[in-house]
Formats: sequence, C-alpha cells, structure tokens
Amino acid sequence: MVDLADPADRVVCNMEKTMIQLKGIRKSFYEGTANELEILHGLDLTVRQGEFVSIVGASGSGKTTLMNIIGLLDRPSQGNYLLDGVDVCAAKDQELSHIRNRKIGFVFQTYNLISRTSALKNVELPMLYAGISRAQRRERAKELLDMVEMTERMQHKPDELSGGQKQRVAIARAMANDPAILLADEPTGALDSVTGRKIMDLFHKLNREQGKTIVLITHATELAAETDRIITIKDGNITGEKAGGGIYAGV
Amino acid sequence: MLVFENIMLALSGLKANKMRALLTMLGIIIGIASVIAIMTVGNSLSTSITTSMQDMGANDLTVGVKQKSTSQEVTRDGMRFGAGRGRSMSEEDYITEDMITAYEQTYAENIKCISLTESVGSAVAEDGEAYANISITGVNDGFLEANDLTLLAGRSLTERDQEEGRKVVLVSDKLVSNLFDGDVTKAVGSTIEAAVGSRYYTYTIVGVYEYEDSAFSSDSEYDTTTDVYLPLLTAKNQTHATDGFSQLTVVSATGTDTETFLEETENFFNRYYSRNEYYEVSVTSMESMLSSMTSMLTTVSLAIAVIAGISLLVGGIGVMNIMLVSITERTREIGTRKALGATNGSIRLQFIMESVVICLLGGAIGIVLGLTLGSVATKMLGYAAKASVMSIVFSVVFSIFIGVFFGYYPANKAAKLNPIEALRYE
Repeated sequence: MVDLADPADRVVCNMEKTMIQLKGIRKSFYEGTANELEILHGLDLTVRQGEFVSIVGASGSGKTTLMNIIGLLDRPSQGNYLLDGVDVCAAKDQELSHIRNRKIGFVFQTYNLISRTSALKNVELPMLYAGISRAQRRERAKELLDMVEMTERMQHKPDELSGGQKQRVAIARAMANDPAILLADEPTGALDSVTGRKIMDLFHKLNREQGKTIVLITHATELAAETDRIITIKDGNITGEKAGGGIYAGV
Repeated sequence: MLVFENIMLALSGLKANKMRALLTMLGIIIGIASVIAIMTVGNSLSTSITTSMQDMGANDLTVGVKQKSTSQEVTRDGMRFGAGRGRSMSEEDYITEDMITAYEQTYAENIKCISLTESVGSAVAEDGEAYANISITGVNDGFLEANDLTLLAGRSLTERDQEEGRKVVLVSDKLVSNLFDGDVTKAVGSTIEAAVGSRYYTYTIVGVYEYEDSAFSSDSEYDTTTDVYLPLLTAKNQTHATDGFSQLTVVSATGTDTETFLEETENFFNRYYSRNEYYEVSVTSMESMLSSMTSMLTTVSLAIAVIAGISLLVGGIGVMNIMLVSITERTREIGTRKALGATNGSIRLQFIMESVVICLLGGAIGIVLGLTLGSVATKMLGYAAKASVMSIVFSVVFSIFIGVFFGYYPANKAAKLNPIEALRYE
C-alpha cells in the first residue's frame, strides 16, 4: 500500500502525469500599439500531478500575469498551454469558464468571499455553477468546511470571521468541485505569521492527503522553501528552479 | 436551474440593503399603484353605468329633434352654444302626432310601445314642515308600459284619465314616506300641492309606485327627487305647450335588431325634415349610448393610465441607476464569481433576475396599494369597487418587462467585465 504521508511514495505514484504544461508563453499588453509591453518572454513550465510548486518573484516580475494565465483568467499572446492534457488556448470563453469551474481552485490573498452570504453558501458557489443539486451541494460544502475546521461557523458571514477563518473558508470553496489544481496567490500575505502558518499547514495537508497539485505564488522565500520545487521568476523569465521539500517538517 | 438560486440571491441582496431597495422600488410602486388605482376607478364606474343603463332598457330608442350642426354661424348675440344655427324651435320643428301615428303603422311589428312625455317642471310638494322634491312629468300609456312601474297602492293612469286630461297623479313611495309618514293607503285619494315657478298645481293621488334607487343619485335620502306622473294631456294643458314632441322613446318589440331599426327610424323621421334648414331627427339607443360612454370612460382611464405609466418609466430608470451602482460596488464579487467558473451568461442572468425581482416586488406592492386606493376612491364616489383584472395582468407583465429592459444594460456590463480587472478592483 502506498503511504501518502511519506513524500517518497507520493512522488512515485503521482509524478507520471503532467498537470500543467506551458511552452514558450509570451504575454504582451497593449498589443499592436506603440506602447506594446511584453511581460512574459517565452516561459516554459511543467508541473506534475501532486506536485506542490511555488513561484517566487518580486513585484513586477510577471508572476501575477503568469498566475492569471495558469488560472485561465487571461490568455497568453503566444505559446501553448496544456492543462490536464487539454489544449486550453483554443477554448472559447464559455469553455474556459467551465474548465475554471471544474479544474482550478483559486485562493486569493484578499479571500474574495461573497460578503452577503454565509460561509456555507460561499463554499456552495462553485458547485452551483457546476450544476450540482441543492442537497448534494449542501452536503459537500459541510464536508469541506468540516475539513478546514469551520463547521461551527458555517452560518457566519465573512464579516464575522477572522482573516485566518476567511482563508480557510476560501480554501474549502476552492476545493468544492475537487479541482485538478489549487492556485494560491499570496494566500498568507494578509495574515499574521501564526495564522499564516496554519494556512500553509492546510495546503500541505491537502497536498499530502489528497494529492492535490498546488501552485503557490508568493514573494516569501521561507514559505516557498517548504514546497517541493521553487521556481524563481524575474523580469518575465524563469531564472531559477530548485527543489525545496526538505525544509518543511510540519503537519 | 439557476433561476431559483438567483431569486434567493437577489432577495438576500435586497434584505441586506432595505432602505435602498425600498427607494429603488418606490418609482415602480407609485407607477403601478397609480395605474391600478385609475383603472380600478374607471372599471368600477363603467361597470356601474352599464348595469344601471341596462336596467333602464338597452333596447329603447330615443328619438329626438336636434339642431343641424353642419354649419357654424355667429349670430348677433355671439356664438350659440352647440355651434348650431341660432333659431329656437318653433311649431314646425316638432315631431307631430301624425308622424308618430304614421311611424307606428309602418313599423307595427317592431314597436312594442312609444313612450311620450311632457315635463311640467321640478317642484317641491309641501305639507307644513314636511316636503318632497318632485319632478312633474306628463306621460302617455306607452310610457307606463315601457317603464313597468310597480304599484304599491291605488291604480295606474287610465285611458279616461288621458283622454279627459284629469288632474290625477302617480307618486313614489318616497314622497309618501316624506309627506304621509309612509302610509300608502292614506296617500291614495289625498291631494298634493306643488309650486312650479310662480304657478301652483293641485293634483289628486290615484296610485303609489315603488321608487327604484338609481346609481346616479347623490342627494341625501330625504331630498331625493322622485317623479310624479300625470296624464300627458293634463301636462300639455298646464304648460300650454305645442302639440308636437321634441323627444320620444320607442320600445322595440323583442326580436328586433336594434341597430337596423335605429337606422330605419332615423331615416323615417328625417324624411319630414328634409326641407328643414335648422333641425333634424337623431335617434340613439341605450346600447349606443352605453357603448359610447363606456368606450369614452375606457379611453379616459387608459389615457390617464398611460400618463401614470410614464412614472413607471422613470421608476425603471431608477432601477437601472441602482443596478449600475450595485454592479460597480460588486465588481470584485463579479470577478470572484467569474474565477469560480461563472459564465458571462450566468452573471448576466444573475443581475437581470435581481432587477426583475426588484420590479416585481415593487409591482406587487404597487398592485396592493393601487387596489386599496382605487377601492377607497370608488367607495367615496359611491360606487361598488371592481378591480380591473386586465390592469393587474398588465402590471405584472409590465413590471417584468421593466426589470428585463432596464436590467439588461447593467447586467450585460457586469457580464462583460474582465475578471482580472474585476478582481483587482478596490
């Protein structure tokens, strides 16, 4: 039997499948005008299933643009992108919405919970767009909130939750449709170190126990060091890549 | 599938912002309420008028002498009312008894009876403190036949009363209750005195008929004017009127087509008036009066409703304004929803549904308010309130229409937001 708690085993069982494959990705803004500005200069990046990868870079390095492209919120100007074996560059807007809905779970620095509705409804939201029935949505949302230890506060609105609690709800929401990848953009950026630690532990747990592929975008090198692989991006190019897994000893 | 969820979402949004929701809906509420109130009053009025006119007999033809109104001339005294030619009716302008007899013979099978009247005037019959407002009218047999009075005591006017021009009258039970403490048997055989202008008349009561309350009366119970009927000849003698008639009522026999008979009647009488420069005969039926009155009322209430509808338009613009504000406020939410997998279509649907919910809710409140206002106004006018179903259906449909129409632009704007920019929006 494979022991998911053991990183060695996990690597063996998951590393065969490519989850994200970016080739020669270029992204320019103001295309075709005199002000044309190329942000990404032909990136190649491959992320395997079950990997916990961090992308590190200073502000303005192009890491957010890269995340938007990985998260299908933006299209590259040039290059190929295969997500879970599907060429997403050719997809139409509506198809991209569906792929985002099923395959990508977003975790934002500012949580981005819908403020008027409860934690439970927030977690249900991606399933609503996936067309899952009310009863099933409710059940799955409760399971997810239980997983992030938010069961007691599931009827609370985001205003009534602390930053760490909000981020836990956001992670539960990101997991709603059991996505292929979790895309976290500075998830601990707005949290104090203790709370941020808990959120990072939660990501490690999801990665280890559920084999989720996670792409973490951060500028904090100490958090990046905990992940399997650290990709450094500078001025729109990947400038470094190294294994990091050894430093993390949590959970 | 998403419709129900969107309705719940919209309602929770409204609940979170009650004051704003109410103010937004106010325009719709006022618009719908005024349309409904006006239509309710109009509908109630035309219903009451229709019923009371039908009671009077919708198949009756009223034959009347009218001034020809083909030319407009200014007489020496200035413009005459009605813009007809300035000449009052003289002997040769009246419908004569000969004409009536000829008419009766020509259309024997179409005529049930012809009712002829001669008004003596309005008067007050007094007995010490007590009094009764009356209108004294000379009537023929045909009138009594056409109007089918219910006699409570005594007898009707007889052929001999008519031929001899006796000073005998039929009075209403209302008059009896005013002057004779309601004792109808005591009233029969008694005399009443009435003053018309400077002349005094004394009549002997031979019968008492049951007064039927009219929808049009607005006087207090005691002051209600009722008719006192006397033989036509008596009236003619007393008023020293000409032998002719300016107006008569024809009750058509059952099975007669009122419309054709109306035309034939008009043609028949107008043959006598072909050389009359000033006057002609015009025939109307209750039916035609009824339809023209109801259509007039409908037109008027529709016209007012359309004006009220303009406030609906203003309300709709208010809804659109608030939707635009709301979308700007919720830009990040829209970005988040898109990141979570909402398609442009589902974002559009969400905001259209929100706008429709606002309008429908406003519409519902407006309908309740309008019906209440309309009923109160109708009751105050003294009619039975009857809601116009058409206006309610119209209001619901129009509310949805406004919601969709004024919600579409903001919703489409929301749907087209770039998710990256929306997520970055502060």
